[in-house]
Amino acid sequence: MKKASGLKLPADTAPLFRDRALAARMVAAVKEKASRLAASGPRRANFMEVCGTHTMAIAAAGLRRLLPPPVKMLSGPGCPVCVTSQGDIDRLIELALIDGVTVATFGDMLKVKGSKGLDLQAAREKGADVRVVYSPLDALEIARTEPSRKIVFIGVGFETTAPVIGGVLVRARAAALKNFFVAPLFKLVPPALEALLSAGDIEVDGFIMPGHVSAIIGPEPYRFVAEKYKVPCVIAGFEPLDILRGVDALLGQMLSGRPEVDTEYSRVVKAGGNPAALKLMAEVFAPADASWRAIGRIPGSGLSLSPAYRKFDAFAQFGVKEREAPEPKGCICGLVLTGKASPPDCRLFGKACTPSSAVGPCMVSSEGACAAWFKYGG
Amino acid sequence: MPGKNGLKVPAKISLAYGSGGRLTHELVSGLFARAFANKALAELADAAEIQAGRERLAFTTDGYVVSPLFFPGGDIGKLAVCGTVNDLAVKGARPLALSASFIIEEGFDGELLKKAVLSMKAAAAEAGVDIVTGDTKVVDKGKADGLFISTAGVGLIPAGRKLAFANLRSGDELIISGPLGDHGVAVMNARNNLGLSGLKSDCAPLNAMLEKALAAGAVRAMRDLTRGGLATSLNEAASAAGLSIELDEEKVPVSPVTANACALLGLDPLYSANEGRAMLFCPPSSSAKVLRALRSHRYGRGAVRAGRVLGRGGDVSLRTAVGGSRLLRMLEGEQLPRIC
Repeated sequence: MKKASGLKLPADTAPLFRDRALAARMVAAVKEKASRLAASGPRRANFMEVCGTHTMAIAAAGLRRLLPPPVKMLSGPGCPVCVTSQGDIDRLIELALIDGVTVATFGDMLKVKGSKGLDLQAAREKGADVRVVYSPLDALEIARTEPSRKIVFIGVGFETTAPVIGGVLVRARAAALKNFFVAPLFKLVPPALEALLSAGDIEVDGFIMPGHVSAIIGPEPYRFVAEKYKVPCVIAGFEPLDILRGVDALLGQMLSGRPEVDTEYSRVVKAGGNPAALKLMAEVFAPADASWRAIGRIPGSGLSLSPAYRKFDAFAQFGVKEREAPEPKGCICGLVLTGKASPPDCRLFGKACTPSSAVGPCMVSSEGACAAWFKYGG
Repeated sequence: MPGKNGLKVPAKISLAYGSGGRLTHELVSGLFARAFANKALAELADAAEIQAGRERLAFTTDGYVVSPLFFPGGDIGKLAVCGTVNDLAVKGARPLALSASFIIEEGFDGELLKKAVLSMKAAAAEAGVDIVTGDTKVVDKGKADGLFISTAGVGLIPAGRKLAFANLRSGDELIISGPLGDHGVAVMNARNNLGLSGLKSDCAPLNAMLEKALAAGAVRAMRDLTRGGLATSLNEAASAAGLSIELDEEKVPVSPVTANACALLGLDPLYSANEGRAMLFCPPSSSAKVLRALRSHRYGRGAVRAGRVLGRGGDVSLRTAVGGSRLLRMLEGEQLPRIC
């Protein structure tokens, strides 16, 4: 691996966002709004944090025990590993077992089981060459230094990850690399929210929108949630105080009865998002249908490679076809991902399913709702 | 699966069984502790206590397989001495002698071996202990990763000293001897060429500092916070004592550079390994004196009170900086393989 140059770390800003006195004032404000809401009728305040990083942050800060009724936090479909369908996991394992192929992946994908109970780690034990990398650039480096291997990077992630991998593909194309491929399993957040809301069976009174995805796409793509479905939205950061601020803003919108898309993460999220990243995505990718665990196929909710980049598509190049596969028996990851159940509602939770022997992806991923609940308690 | 003899082993030993977390405990209690069953081992302490005539000895051993062999703040040699000295020291023992066994891969650079050995010499001199016996093996290329070192140590426990988690009482205070996570994060940075600057292992012999603390006031139990970090050690303490423990997130010292690296890499300093940090439990009446003694030593400047022993239970909770509260479990799976 190439040695990175001495990256200087920024001064520690975290304490600013964890100030106890400020937190106490914000909790008091949330309690006041929650009690006004409760007084105005038998109201619910189910808030879905769409993003897995929010799920972890909420659990790690112990926020659930701080939030007053009727506020209830629900996890959403924003953990990239969790929403990868069982059929797509099977395709990745099939890729890994092809002779001459090296699969490079972020570590979380290693232990998600496919429909035959096999995961990439088990594929490795069967002789597949599966390597964990910290950046897609590392995968590109492997392709450069090992020209006899065909390197497939697993492209799992949302709008946040796609531009990074897009950037790597631009480099691969410029270098005319013939042994570097991406397995495109990218997902897009707004179409998934549209699918959840249009199904009409979720009980969500407000969304905490993902901060990093929003940094790329900006607040505009969520507007339909507030306008068409009349559900309040707030874009929030990931520090405990950011999240309290987000909950406060959602309660404010419920009380006023005027749902909107409120950006409470303006230090990172700008109107219009990140134009450079959006331009790169438009060049490298093209919208495609994608299949989501438990939700199913959602039109336009994924990204495939654009015609100029199609030769880097691992599925196309190795002839690995799409397929459907059933969810693991007894696992309710699907319900957890759509805010219809909490992890302890699952009879496997903490018994047959723990992070070291996970049945479903929500327990495998470090961003999964079940892993968060197991690690930090409810 | 439990067999006829009650021994429990997994079908395959994955890396997670060496993480120092929950699976390591399963392997140790299911296989080693059952197969070798005896009174000294049953305590599963950092060092075993054995009676030799009228004296009580502490005896411990540890293997070092760190990668890379040299990293900012330390190396495999310093680690091999400090780790074993610290395992004796947290039992309240004064180290008497160490052994060192070297497993060297064919073709290993002689100068590097010398560098590691001189580092052991310096660490042993600082700890005031001699390396009195040893063993050398060279294995075929590919059969070891450069250099592995195993050390064992024996120490004398002064009369009247009895440190164990079973001694904990509700109301006892928890002291941490300094900022957490530096070692694990520094090694991970060095191993993966992550290129973060300013990270340095805390690797150090703690016997002199802990001896000072023990002389200053009553201490119920101590532990060095190696693999699995503070969170795992607190869980061991809570379950051994049958009492719950509460940790204040706000009080936990973490250096800004390690905190930032953890945030960047998705690591938790509470689970990250340390090689020169300890936790101590004291009754409230002695905690101020013990804290002062720790802070007067160069390795304990950053010592703080960070939590307390609650009533009956056996779990560990974290009062978060924003006033929330949540479970703090043992390390699950592997956070940082091969860091010591």
